[in-house]
Amino acid sequence: MPVNVLQRHELKIDCEDDVVLVRRKVKAIAQERRFDTFAVAAVTTATSELTRNAWAHGGGGVAIVDVVTDGSRIGIQVAFRDQGPGIPDLARVFAGGYSTARSLGLGLSGSRRLVDEFSIDSETGRGTTITITKWKPF
Amino acid sequence: MQGSIPILRIGKTLITTVHVELRDDVAQAFQSDVLATIEKTGASGLVMDISALDTVDTYVARILAETGRMAKLMGTTSVLVGMRPEVASTLVQMGYTMDGVLTALNLESGLRLLGQQLVTVAK
Repeated sequence: MPVNVLQRHELKIDCEDDVVLVRRKVKAIAQERRFDTFAVAAVTTATSELTRNAWAHGGGGVAIVDVVTDGSRIGIQVAFRDQGPGIPDLARVFAGGYSTARSLGLGLSGSRRLVDEFSIDSETGRGTTITITKWKPF
Repeated sequence: MQGSIPILRIGKTLITTVHVELRDDVAQAFQSDVLATIEKTGASGLVMDISALDTVDTYVARILAETGRMAKLMGTTSVLVGMRPEVASTLVQMGYTMDGVLTALNLESGLRLLGQQLVTVAK
């Protein structure tokens, strides 16, 4: 089913404080759209993990926060885009065996379990885009 | 420091209430403050109250769990109290377990648990 974007916010990820700013924005939107407290915590926490990854591992980038609908549900979709080194071994990251100083592995594999849709597009040397979606019925 | 977390001492127990959303650098400073205060006061127990936090990501969870383990190495028993249901749900879904940290539902039961732990240690 086609997804329509109802609202879009683009936030930069340039410094550590942006981790807080991006997650606050996502939390505010989730609350405004009346997601339940568990869903708010899930999407906010996933956002926190992925914003931190984009900043710490990807050298910063942007977070594009969309409110979307597929006709029967409303969703929060966030794309985290960086121009960092990319993730060379995705399978290993998701197996949870990848550990860095700031726990990239746990943040990525954990975030995936908190949302309904998760996609990752990473190319070595080009950067990484991770997109998450959390849905709720209208 | 802006956004720093107060640490109260009552007898041999330190009580700290994380009342604001923790920025990464504040979380790190919190850990150092708690450990320095343990050394300075010779506290035998530490209670970390996180009931005001509605989201805890793996960074903050790691700082809290580490702080508890570090305190333990110094000889201080710590209890993490007041974790909200949505925070517990999120952490477990992510596969994050707060290994080696005692937990209690709220401040009152945390202090009781700490009392029991300290009696056991003293025996």
